[in-house]
Amino acid sequence: MSSRQPIKNHHQEQRLFLARIITLGVIIVLLFGLVGVRLTQLQVINHSHFSTLSQNNRVRLEALPPPRGLIYDRNGVVLAENRPTYQLEVTLEQVDNLQDTLDRLSALLDLEPAEIDRFRRSLRGKRPFQAVPLKLNLTDEELANFAVNRHLFPGVDVQAGVARHYPHGEALAHVIGYVGRIDERELARIDTRRYAGTTHIGKLGVERYYEDHLHGHVGFQKVEVNAQGRTLRVLEREPPVPGRDLVLSLDVRLQAVAQEALDGMAGAIVAMDPRNGEVLAMVSMPTFDPNLFVHGIPARTFQELRNNRRQPLFNRALSGQYPPGSTLKMLVGLAGLEHGVIRADRMMFAAGYYTLPNDTRRYRDWRRHGHGWVDLDKAITQSSDVYFYDMSFRLGIDRMSEFLGRFGVGEATGIDSTGERRGLLPSREWKRAAQGMPWFPGETLITSIGQGYMLATPMQLASISSTLAMRGQRVRPHLLRGMLGEDGEELHVAEPEFLAPVQVSRAEFWDQVLTPMEHVMHRPNGTAYHSAGRDAPYRIAGKTGTSQVFGLGQDEEYDEASVAKHLRDHALFIGFAPADDPRIAVAVLVENGGSGGRVAAPVARKVMDYFILEMTP
Amino acid sequence: MLNGTAEEHGLGRAIVRALHLDLLLLGGVALLLAMGFVVLYSASGEDLDTLYRQGVRVGIAFTVLMVMAQIPANHLRQWSPWVYAGGVLLLLAVMFFGEVGKGAQRWLDLGVVRFQPSEFMKIAVPMMVAWYFADRPLPPRFLEVAAAALLVMVPAVLIAKQPDLGTALLVAGSGLVIIFLAGVRWRILMGLGALALVAAPLLWHFMQDYQRRRVLTLLNPESDPLGAGYHIIQSKIAIGSGGFYGKGWLNGTQSQLEFLPERSTDFIFAVYAEEFGLMGILLLLSLYLLVILRGLTIALRAQDTYSRLLAGSLSFTFFVYVFVNTGMVSGLLPVVGVPLPLFSYGGTSMVTLMAAFGILMSINSHRRLLAR
Repeated sequence: MSSRQPIKNHHQEQRLFLARIITLGVIIVLLFGLVGVRLTQLQVINHSHFSTLSQNNRVRLEALPPPRGLIYDRNGVVLAENRPTYQLEVTLEQVDNLQDTLDRLSALLDLEPAEIDRFRRSLRGKRPFQAVPLKLNLTDEELANFAVNRHLFPGVDVQAGVARHYPHGEALAHVIGYVGRIDERELARIDTRRYAGTTHIGKLGVERYYEDHLHGHVGFQKVEVNAQGRTLRVLEREPPVPGRDLVLSLDVRLQAVAQEALDGMAGAIVAMDPRNGEVLAMVSMPTFDPNLFVHGIPARTFQELRNNRRQPLFNRALSGQYPPGSTLKMLVGLAGLEHGVIRADRMMFAAGYYTLPNDTRRYRDWRRHGHGWVDLDKAITQSSDVYFYDMSFRLGIDRMSEFLGRFGVGEATGIDSTGERRGLLPSREWKRAAQGMPWFPGETLITSIGQGYMLATPMQLASISSTLAMRGQRVRPHLLRGMLGEDGEELHVAEPEFLAPVQVSRAEFWDQVLTPMEHVMHRPNGTAYHSAGRDAPYRIAGKTGTSQVFGLGQDEEYDEASVAKHLRDHALFIGFAPADDPRIAVAVLVENGGSGGRVAAPVARKVMDYFILEMTP
Repeated sequence: MLNGTAEEHGLGRAIVRALHLDLLLLGGVALLLAMGFVVLYSASGEDLDTLYRQGVRVGIAFTVLMVMAQIPANHLRQWSPWVYAGGVLLLLAVMFFGEVGKGAQRWLDLGVVRFQPSEFMKIAVPMMVAWYFADRPLPPRFLEVAAAALLVMVPAVLIAKQPDLGTALLVAGSGLVIIFLAGVRWRILMGLGALALVAAPLLWHFMQDYQRRRVLTLLNPESDPLGAGYHIIQSKIAIGSGGFYGKGWLNGTQSQLEFLPERSTDFIFAVYAEEFGLMGILLLLSLYLLVILRGLTIALRAQDTYSRLLAGSLSFTFFVYVFVNTGMVSGLLPVVGVPLPLFSYGGTSMVTLMAAFGILMSINSHRRLLAR
């Protein structure tokens, strides 16, 4: 066939072809060499670099958030627990049509626009194949609804988790507080490494105060993942250390009784063991359901709570500051005795009013015509104002203020919770600093009956009551009884913290102010005899107080319909029982309740009755 | 004149000879296929189904090899223009009636099988160009070179338009290398090279967006680590972390943990490199070199121009496969869809490759039947 081309030179062509094939072969070998060099560069020279990259590629560190410590009352009743919850999560990569899916889910589950907004926000900045929560805390009904229709929603899944739950709800909202989602301010404050994987943090009360102990320590696991981010196996695991379980000194039964006793009123009760400072009950009414806050409270519900005129979110026991009224008369009396201004057996005539020398202004007694001849006992039993006006005039603000300070008036008790206010102990120095004004003698008189500038929280009043019960021995009130050991069994009881005691030069001074407190309850002329003390099967020591709201800066709005109620006096009571062997000290405040004797004392009696008569000591 | 050193002894050799096979080529190919199965088992996540399907393909491809080996080269030569014309028609058909898959129009559905005409052109184009030069005095004159270049470029451009840059490259290479082997004068070659340089910006203009991105990604893969650069970054990590000895079979984390994309197909070389290290790579490259050099030897020993050129082209095409794939996976070349021959999972290229080996064997064994 090649013969058709006469000029074709086979030998020359073959030589040419040989040369070309050899050239090609050389090129091929050289290029193979290039690949070889390239691979040597990758696999030998840069091996360690790529080895590191490869390790980082496949190993991911995941946080294992610790389970939050539980909170028990003193008898082991659970006050805060972690309950399983279910949330709806969406893996975007597995969803065909997001809008359509959301539309159909809304029809099924009642999705709020706010939830969808939040969901869309969290879609940004997520990792591939990371599930994003859409609806938190599914109800059983929603769970069932979704479960039945699950096959219609590829990429949508139910994720189980745990969430804080407060089985006693309202009863302990102000004491325990609650946890909520970590917000930006908290994020700046906390050690984010320790909170890796944790979404909630204590916001208020014990939950906030003991956050450090309740939270525990985060664990980590090294997991091998594939490029889709799916976990294949766990390589290394450092388990989290669960938060410590707290045992509080509270008794939920007593708490319930106290709450019941304040039913329908706005006020606070604090009951504590004077011997060791354990707080047995702490109630602030009205209250709210802390469980609302755990999953993010709907904005409307929150607005309702916040704008409620009765202020259910306000913890009156710790944050409420009230003029203590006559409840502190024993302290003033003790100051008079200590400084030799009065003697217990010295009588004076207490008329319906008192005037300062060279002054026509009348300082009135609460009883229009006065109490007649009174000694210290009667002055306390019947709560004579004029007796204390006279004594305080001679005592002077400086000595009175200093002595009240020894009981902790105007100073936070330091209880282990949040939101405690200090109250206010007026003094010459204070007034000059705060108002730039000198102290007027008349203000001394007002202060002696717990009015004027003086303010105290119900917690402080309970603490003062406790100090009286223990004849000067002061102990810092606390809610924590102890923490369970890491094995969850052994209870490490917190040691009571004793403070500098109130000392007087003669022990009988104590009797001289404490015996009249019993008379308040048990003598027919006592201010709480008819309402509370009369039929008590045990001895109570108590003191009533009725403080004027009028003119005091309560930052509440003027509301015509409630003006009358609004301006009514606060009813107060402090006391302890049994009088000869005190086991419980109580302070009661009823906002705008009127008379301390008629309103506050019976409330205290109910709490004491339950504690002394029903509860085994 | 190179003489046949045909093996004279042994029953096995006799059978191999009777079937027109070549022991050295067959051995190299079989060894590569066997290694391919081992690596594919790992790359597929130990999926026996994948191996089974690949096995069926190899079976079919081997049958095609056997058939091709029986066809004397001069028959092929006579068919060449028809085969080429049919191939170009099929390419045009794909353009108008083809199916779209993965953003490219490559497939022709013939009812029974889906068929990639572009794959077919890897053999049809060298056949045509070899046919064109077979009866002409060599070295070719300039006009002949231009005509041959046109024969190459028409299907290559049609394939590039699909778009399938990898196959277009292979088709163009398989044709152009024949022009080189035919003895085109160096000055023409230089001129063509210069023309190519000038044409490069023009080519850039005609590239698809994703193709341009691939070129840019090659220059700086880190510029887009989660997008276009992801493939190359992950495959470099796989190869580099393999080290000299490799991580061991089934222990390549990059591939087993699915960081490496396309690990059963175009990037299977990275799986191999990760698990068997540089040692394994050197073995593999040696085997490939062996097969290629054996192909070139067959070309040298071929008895006529057509067979020579065709054998040289087919061997060179096989080399281009290996070089472009390993170069792309190791980050030397842009990512073009070229499988690693005899390793990558997939059907069409396997059949084409084995057909080419069949033709090589036929050229080597049918020489005595040829009338000089």
